[in-house]
Amino acid sequence: MSENSLPLAGSIEAASSSGSAGTILEWLHEWVVTVDHKRLGILYIVYAIFFLLVAGAQAIAIRIQLAVPGNHFLSAQAYNRFFTMHGTTMVFLVGMPILFGFANYIVPLQVGARDMAFPRLNAFSFWLTAFGGLFLYYSFIGGGGLYGVGSAPDVGWWAYAPLTARAFSPGHATDYWALALILSGFGTLGTAINIIATVISMRCKGMTMMRLPLFSWLMLVVSGLTLVTITPLTAAQIMLVIDRYLGGHFFDTQAGGSAVVWMHFFWIFGHPEVYVLVLPAFGIANEVIPVFSRKAIFGYPAMVAASVGIAFISLSVWAHHMFTVGMTSFSNTFFVLSTMLVGIPTGIKIFNWLATIWGGKIRFATPMLFCTAFLFQFLLAGLTGIMLAVAPWNWQLHNSYFVVAHFHYVLVGAIVFCIFAAIYYWYPKATGRMLSEKLGKWHFWLFLIGFHVTFDTMHFLGILGMPRSIYTYQPDRGWNTLNMIVSLGGIIQAIAVLIFAFNLVWAYFRGKEAGNDPWDAWTLEWDTTSPPPSYNFAQEPIVRSRRPLWDVKHPEDPDWEYES
Amino acid sequence: MVAGLLTYAIIKYRAKDVDSQSEPAQIYGSTQIELAWTVIPVLIVIVLFLTTARLIFAIQDAPEPESALNVTVVGHQFWWEFRYPKLGIVTANELHVPLSNNQAPLPTYLTLLSADVDHSFWVPQLAGKTDLIPNRVNTTWINPLQPGLYVGQCAQFCGVQHALMLLRVYVDTPEKFAEWVKNQQQPAVEDPRVAAGRRAFETQACMNCHTIQGTAATGRFGPDLTHLMSRQTLGAGAAANNSQNLRQWIKDPGTFKSGCLMPAMQLSDEQIDQLTDYLSTLR
Amino acid sequence: MSTALAAPAAYEGEWRPPYRGRIAMFALITGESALFTIFVVAYLFYIGKSLSGPTPQQVLEVPIFGTICLLSSSLTIWLAERAIARNRLNAFAFWLGFTICLGLIFLGGTAIEWHKLIYRDGLTISTNLFGTTYYSLVGLHASHVIIGLTMLTILFLFTIAGRVGEQHAERIAVLALYWHFVDAVWVVVFTVVYILGR
Repeated sequence: MSENSLPLAGSIEAASSSGSAGTILEWLHEWVVTVDHKRLGILYIVYAIFFLLVAGAQAIAIRIQLAVPGNHFLSAQAYNRFFTMHGTTMVFLVGMPILFGFANYIVPLQVGARDMAFPRLNAFSFWLTAFGGLFLYYSFIGGGGLYGVGSAPDVGWWAYAPLTARAFSPGHATDYWALALILSGFGTLGTAINIIATVISMRCKGMTMMRLPLFSWLMLVVSGLTLVTITPLTAAQIMLVIDRYLGGHFFDTQAGGSAVVWMHFFWIFGHPEVYVLVLPAFGIANEVIPVFSRKAIFGYPAMVAASVGIAFISLSVWAHHMFTVGMTSFSNTFFVLSTMLVGIPTGIKIFNWLATIWGGKIRFATPMLFCTAFLFQFLLAGLTGIMLAVAPWNWQLHNSYFVVAHFHYVLVGAIVFCIFAAIYYWYPKATGRMLSEKLGKWHFWLFLIGFHVTFDTMHFLGILGMPRSIYTYQPDRGWNTLNMIVSLGGIIQAIAVLIFAFNLVWAYFRGKEAGNDPWDAWTLEWDTTSPPPSYNFAQEPIVRSRRPLWDVKHPEDPDWEYES
Repeated sequence: MVAGLLTYAIIKYRAKDVDSQSEPAQIYGSTQIELAWTVIPVLIVIVLFLTTARLIFAIQDAPEPESALNVTVVGHQFWWEFRYPKLGIVTANELHVPLSNNQAPLPTYLTLLSADVDHSFWVPQLAGKTDLIPNRVNTTWINPLQPGLYVGQCAQFCGVQHALMLLRVYVDTPEKFAEWVKNQQQPAVEDPRVAAGRRAFETQACMNCHTIQGTAATGRFGPDLTHLMSRQTLGAGAAANNSQNLRQWIKDPGTFKSGCLMPAMQLSDEQIDQLTDYLSTLR
Repeated sequence: MSTALAAPAAYEGEWRPPYRGRIAMFALITGESALFTIFVVAYLFYIGKSLSGPTPQQVLEVPIFGTICLLSSSLTIWLAERAIARNRLNAFAFWLGFTICLGLIFLGGTAIEWHKLIYRDGLTISTNLFGTTYYSLVGLHASHVIIGLTMLTILFLFTIAGRVGEQHAERIAVLALYWHFVDAVWVVVFTVVYILGR
């Protein structure tokens, strides 16, 4: 796809709105008090990209430390804080905000609404989440100060009890972890409630639930899942704070409390949480793949059913993180079954994407490049997931680098790739300018290569018995070369991400003008200017099918004649 | 297979610039195809699940034979305590077990406890890992068929020096095992030449944490040192067990394992020398 | 600019998606239910596992009167909802005020109960597992009662200032939904703590 043919002919053009002038202070003030879902969406995304760079730097530091055995780049204390913060940041300050940021921006546009159901709650939720993140990072400098890496949490992002008890974690590291996440958890809940209310109550005329764009459907499912996923974590963290400050005994093994109860509660949160992260990625793929294959999504009702099915089943699989804890064979067997079952609707989605591409006319613009890689990578991640579901294999692979490789394959290979796709896809809508395709391709290929160098290799480290969460390893275990390769892949990925960050900034000022609909797409967000006016649509849209713009562009062959 | 189909699809269905204006046939779904690709995965899952379930029960619920050796493992931050209750042996960090065979199996059954936080016992070449959880009793078993040294380490993050909580499992032939047991059952070597060191051990705080069988030292917080010199490493694998390292360890364990729970006792050089000499005799 | 969508000039039939406030409240209730479920599970799991200290059988007295008050307040708030829907403002104010009083009586009962437990029985949150799980669960519920009462009181103040009318009925119904939820949670907590746990 050459640069010259974008934006595509046949897309609907309109004059874009011009920005407003004013002092820097006025501009800042506008952004701080905004309740506009588009602005809040951008705030979430910018916030998340900032923390992506921070957590990425932590990852690079980790990889430098592990590149050779017996390294002294990071002390044990610093390393433990870095890997804890890397995980915590990536899940709570990057993954959740960026996906909810996209939801914030796109969902009201896709359902043809003027804004979210509760704009002020929206703003409140963002600032709560943002404050939680800043509070978490204050831990690096609060308390003991920067020397010795301060009081940043160092108990792993899963913070198992009783390591987090006062007795074993004196100081405030654990408190920062618990309190910061409780706070941003409330923000997340507010946004989830907002998305549900928006999708259900604010749809434009004619948009029945089965005509919702799939990204919005998936954000509805995700928001529902979030309600019952984040709250168990909040509950467990409140219990932890009660233990640490009020002398409670929830996880106090000396008083009869149970360390395993923490594990159950944490993973009752932790497993559905990864589905909260991956389902929006599916939603993004559901938008990008059809548009760039020039075909409607294959099997829309099945995609909806599969997504809902995944959300429900994912609530029943949590103890596959606990196969080594000594549960009975009966319990272990149950969780093997539920985990394998969740693979079925997930597999169905992959087949549907394949069928969407089949017979299409694929245009490999940057968003599609990322989504294509996503398909292969998610497939592989699913397979290693099934391997881990087999409990006897799990007894070897648990807490090894095989698991780290598997979940990074999903988190990076599936989710981050889809996030990149989403940014290339919707950046023109939000800014009115196209990102550079040339830089985009450099970003894609470098990141792809770096990703595979790192994470394909990492699987073997796990199979060779290297456990996770270790700041160093012995030179005679046979892990030296592989670790070096993994670390080099990290550097390649870092370069790719820097190119991407540069693209984001460069295109804002020098990118080609996008117009309303640069990709010749079919959902409502492309039916207004880029960027949209504050009220989104001049008239409330009325729709008759799942692809309103297809109907307009192809009046001789509209969708509503074929949809049941 | 799926990857193959994907690869085929993205190559075959690439847009060619010639016909970039027309759209391909829009296909919305097909009930038969979708049914097929739902049913087939369900069947695959059923088969996989039944095989797995069988294996789980076989491993976890394997009945313990009479001949099994029993070892109690207690996880500490950041070292392993091994007790052989029927043999009256207490040691640390290096586990000796007898070689088993297929005709007359001699497995070792491990009872797993923890004195503080969660740990996990993992020697990859011998068995999958099982966690050690405070206020809970777990069990696992190994049935080694080849003699030799097997290395592993703690596999559940347990604090700052989790990375240096290493395991060494020696699978000994029956003769070597009997010899090892006999040696471990003896009380500590009494060498009058290092009496000064022994006195230093008993009068400094050492005895608060460590046990040396046959002396006044009965502390349980740290490893049993009765047969310290029978082990290859110090600090659960943090350093090789030689005289120089031993001296440095006593002076400041943090040199090898910063954050470990043995403090630098601020002893004089003379005391450290005496202690090193004394401990070096504890074979 | 969305003039491009010319296909149907107008939507035939009525388009009435559900009221967003109600949807949001159901969503909040779903999340809160999950929160309470975790505390209930912890309570149930730890029944009988305290290593020491007073047991539920020894110190718990069933709060019948408080429970009757709280559950009746669901009835009174329902009557208030009906009143405002029919624009009967005096009746609304009466039933709303009654609801608040019943809620306050419940809270007072809890306070008296806790005073006894702490000062006469020596049961605090740090005494044993029973203390930890009891005060956490009942306390979590009580905090939700306080939040509900605060909102109801604000509504009451607006009412006597004459600022509330029939046009607010739907929003008031959403608030009432929260209050009903708080009552329903008490049914569960009561069963778990005073019936199953003793």
